[in-house]
Amino acid sequence: MTVSDDDDARRAAWRMAARIGFYALTCLIAVFFALPLLWLVTAPFDASPTYAVDVPDPTLQNFAEINANPYAWGSMLNSILLSLGTALFVVVGAALAAYALSRVRMPGRDALLYVLLLLSSVVTGTAAMVPLFLLVSEIGDTVHPALGIDSSFAVMLVMAGGLLPAGIFMLKDFVDTVPRSYEESARVFGASPLRILKDIVAPLIAPGLATIAVWTVVNVWGNFLVPFILLRDPEKQPAAVLMRTLYTESGQPNLALLSTFSLLYSLPVIAMYLYVSRKYGFRFHGGIKS
Amino acid sequence: MTSSGNDDSAAADSRAAATSHHGVVAVDPPLRGGPASDVVGLGRARAFAFVAPAMLLIGVFLLFPALWTLYIGATDYERTGPKHVSPSFVGIDNYTDVLADPSFYNSLWLSLLFVGCSAVIGQNGLGFALAWSLRNVAGWLRRTVETLVLFAWILPGSVVAFLWIAMLDRDGGTANTLLDTPGLAWFVDYPMASLIIFNIWRGTAFSLMLYGAALSSVPPSQLETARLAGASNLQTLRDVVFPHIRGHALTNTLLITLWTFNDFTPFLLTAGGPGDDSEIVSVYVYNTAIRDGRLGYSGAISLLILVANVVLALFYLRMLRKRSVS
Repeated sequence: MTVSDDDDARRAAWRMAARIGFYALTCLIAVFFALPLLWLVTAPFDASPTYAVDVPDPTLQNFAEINANPYAWGSMLNSILLSLGTALFVVVGAALAAYALSRVRMPGRDALLYVLLLLSSVVTGTAAMVPLFLLVSEIGDTVHPALGIDSSFAVMLVMAGGLLPAGIFMLKDFVDTVPRSYEESARVFGASPLRILKDIVAPLIAPGLATIAVWTVVNVWGNFLVPFILLRDPEKQPAAVLMRTLYTESGQPNLALLSTFSLLYSLPVIAMYLYVSRKYGFRFHGGIKS
Repeated sequence: MTSSGNDDSAAADSRAAATSHHGVVAVDPPLRGGPASDVVGLGRARAFAFVAPAMLLIGVFLLFPALWTLYIGATDYERTGPKHVSPSFVGIDNYTDVLADPSFYNSLWLSLLFVGCSAVIGQNGLGFALAWSLRNVAGWLRRTVETLVLFAWILPGSVVAFLWIAMLDRDGGTANTLLDTPGLAWFVDYPMASLIIFNIWRGTAFSLMLYGAALSSVPPSQLETARLAGASNLQTLRDVVFPHIRGHALTNTLLITLWTFNDFTPFLLTAGGPGDDSEIVSVYVYNTAIRDGRLGYSGAISLLILVANVVLALFYLRMLRKRSVS
């Protein structure tokens, strides 16, 4: 009797300890993830920020300094332009392609989609920078300088090319769920396929279109490598590239400017995350198949 | 380039318009081919026209660069100078040079270290551990941890790079304050370890979400049975959970491996330094191609990387298929 009581007590104590250990460990991991973010919250509001995380000596002076920098707002505008432009190409291109691929049986369709998806995750960053740099310089030299190095339009096309395979892939799932009976009845009344896509299918897959639009914007907004390689003119560089210039150009980086700019540059992404997570829940559902 | 593209799609459009009449007439024998047949009357020509704009962009900016690497790597093309104007064909010279170059092996080794420790072990392990331990924890703790982990993932690369430069700073950095190691220059003394810890922090979110979704596909009844049979946590993981999520684990590992291998953010943290102590492959390619201007040489490296990536992807796909057959 006493032995088993002892055992029970020991087991309960053990379980308690494990529980406390588990919570302690989880909190430690949370701290690990929170630590680097702290600086982003304190430094922009500090009158004289250092690399250390401090309770700020509160001021909004740093935001005025952003206004004084000749490139700050321009680069933010460039980021917006690049993101929205690329999103337009990706959404329109993916919607047309996903609709056609969903509704018309083409030989080798699924294999093609998989190969493109694989290719788009392989031909990025490291492997693609040399040919992309050359391709865009070459197009600029031979076709038109407006498409060459220093062309925001070229950056949009390059990024759209890389994002489209995954965009089509995601959007096709949405189109597949739209019942065809709507389209059939619209057709009986003589609507053209383009019109059916625009007026009937697009509203039904609006969540899908919104998803890939947000996904594209977030991707382009944070992309450093493509504009870093393809845009040399500081007037055209987006915020991602300006961040690096601000850090490396002057000997002593201006922390007030850098931290405040970081915060402003991050806000749209955080806002979009909050919007998406509130509206759809930021999780994977059945979409990712093993 | 684009003007010819527009001509193409315009031509395809007019062809599509011509066939659309046929389409309308031909629909009368309805639904013969089952649900996948063309009930909308799109017609194959118009369907191709719909697909064309996307395929044009993918073809020019994804497919063509990949193939072109093959040619660039066989020339002595340079960014400026006489070899920029008229590059000559050098065959496999670049490849033999690359394969004899110690800095190539240095960068390859550093990349393997980086991918292996930070993605395959770090992100995979931490992502799974968090997903598994948080699955039954409700409320604020789970939400807080998930949000923090996700923030590390969604913030722009330039910003997180700078946050880590601040945190690991020699003088006032938070890391030195907390660990009581004043004056330790992380990026100089331990560049690779710093990059690895940074990348675990940066990328765990994807694994956490993927494993979170995967774990919800494990039937609760089986977990309950294992618990009643007195299986330990480890036994349950090995015999009940893992067989269910093996496919997810492979997919996850493949994706984070490719992403980490091609990631350029380490350039923002160390730019490959000090010396070439953290010159992983992506930084090495940038340095030879854009900084030194040796485009032909770095084209050869790019192709080797491309092939390595494809081989890796095919290897994972094969493992996946083997699983679904057995």
